[in-house]
Amino acid sequence: MLAVQDLAWGFASRRVGEAVSFALGRGETLALLGANGAGKTTLLRTLLGLLPPLAGRVEIDGACLSTLSPTERAMRIAYVPQAQLPVWGFSVVDTVLMGRASHLPAFARPGRADRDIALQSLATLGIGPLARRPVTELSGGERQLVLIARALAQQAGTVLLDEPTASLDFGNRLRVLRVLDRLRGRGLTVVFSTHEPDHALMHADRALLLEGGRPLAFDTVANALTAENIERLYHTPVRMVEAAGRRVCVPADDADGVRR
Amino acid sequence: MSIPPDSSAAPARGDIERSRRSALAYCGGMALLVALAIVAASSGHYPLSLSQIVAGLVHGFAADRSGATAESVLWQIRLPRIALACLVGAGLSAAGAGFQHLFRNPLVAPDTLGVSSGAALGAVASIYAGAGAGLAAIAAFGGGLATVALVMALAARIDTADRLLTLVLIGVVMGSLLGAGVSLLKFVADPYNQLPAITFWLMGSLAAATWGQVAAAGIAIGVAFLLLNALSWRIDLLALPEDEARALGVQASRLRAVVVVAATVATAASVAVCGIIGWVGLVVPHMARMVTGPRFARLLPVATLFGAIFMLAIDTLARTATAAELPPGVLTAFIGTPLFVALLARRSA
Repeated sequence: MLAVQDLAWGFASRRVGEAVSFALGRGETLALLGANGAGKTTLLRTLLGLLPPLAGRVEIDGACLSTLSPTERAMRIAYVPQAQLPVWGFSVVDTVLMGRASHLPAFARPGRADRDIALQSLATLGIGPLARRPVTELSGGERQLVLIARALAQQAGTVLLDEPTASLDFGNRLRVLRVLDRLRGRGLTVVFSTHEPDHALMHADRALLLEGGRPLAFDTVANALTAENIERLYHTPVRMVEAAGRRVCVPADDADGVRR
Repeated sequence: MSIPPDSSAAPARGDIERSRRSALAYCGGMALLVALAIVAASSGHYPLSLSQIVAGLVHGFAADRSGATAESVLWQIRLPRIALACLVGAGLSAAGAGFQHLFRNPLVAPDTLGVSSGAALGAVASIYAGAGAGLAAIAAFGGGLATVALVMALAARIDTADRLLTLVLIGVVMGSLLGAGVSLLKFVADPYNQLPAITFWLMGSLAAATWGQVAAAGIAIGVAFLLLNALSWRIDLLALPEDEARALGVQASRLRAVVVVAATVATAASVAVCGIIGWVGLVVPHMARMVTGPRFARLLPVATLFGAIFMLAIDTLARTATAAELPPGVLTAFIGTPLFVALLARRSA
């Protein structure tokens, strides 16, 4: 559960965004949309407690985020960054085990139970066979799945993902999005940022549209992601069309060529 | 139990192989170290045979004059020197492994934050002021710690997005500033008495090893090693980008400070007892990582052992290769440079 009240976020020297409020329950997914530089990543960092809010408050499972210790925060909210190529080639299972850090005291090493949780997380995402491979040898899509498995091993109720499908190929995008559906199905609260309105329409319950750091809309995806809002967000003409029983967003000039 | 059924079909490569090789490297390394120590104990201007060493160690040397000489060569000269070489090598490469992990950069050395330059300035200043070797060692230890403390304090006051880069930059700049200080002192020092002593110290030497040095360095390096070892699993998380580590619940800046302090104490203690020895802290963790993979819990013991072996081999070579003793700091660079380039070439191949 994640609740945000009148949040302003950014840095001491520069306010990035403000006036955002929303509440998400268990099993709800929020998609975060906005042009490059609209403040999505900074908002995610604030929701994670990595940046202090400039105003307003963030509540996670009923507790105010700023009163929680880093360990307590990590047990409630997990982060899936964009997969970068890591410097060291830790094995996949060792990488996922890092998700157990908040459950272990400082001088401890993960034990059998932690290992089982890590392997279980990998199995949940269907990447059990990768367990012993070095992460440096994986493809971008596999690395993204490993980072999601690490978040699962963290056993937090809320997961935030920063553009989880960016720089993935078509197949890997769909795989990661299906995983998001599965997280929601397990009762997790999920927030992900994306540049694809269609991904939000298909895989999220609600959408928060940020325009220059201020909310343009926060509503169900059907209500928030209208052609008008998307055009305003990205400064480019689009139209919503019905395809395969779903509403999809297509560039308007292309659609004009085809004509309804 | 909850292992996914398909994982049995997965190729058992990578991790298992690394674990096997680490165990092998550790056992083989231990045997090599013992063998090297025996060679080092027996060779030199006054050669001792293996049976002499064993007999001398087990039931003392013969009570005649040659027995007394052998005993003093072994106990007062060779053994402390062997122990100190092992300690210095172990300390430098444990510190190097810690620093490389911390900065997520395999090209970082233990003196990146200026500990060696600070130690050098401390020692050179005390020699310039007319102090003896004991005081120079204390000044070196203090100078090294003070420099890193200053670098960390300065870096903490600068608010940037990339804190690690800031820390390294300040360390490098501070190192060159202190290097200029050393040059200045060399310039004004008495060229007949002080300058040779300063130059000799800067090149590093284990020739004057004593049991007192072994004890002092052993305590500092031992404590640092135990601390790094106890935190070894968590130190792996410092290899992640800072945001990720913090989101996993790690207090990254605090943990980083602990690692820097432990690695700095180990480096400063090494430099204090034997002067500046380059390369060990850079090259040896590299070689160890090729065997063990990046996991710090596996890397640290193997890197520490390899460091002891490397340094003992270098020092034995330094004192036996030619009639006059070669400075080990020079030998490490001569041997370390081609080795390092070869390793880099292998990695890029």
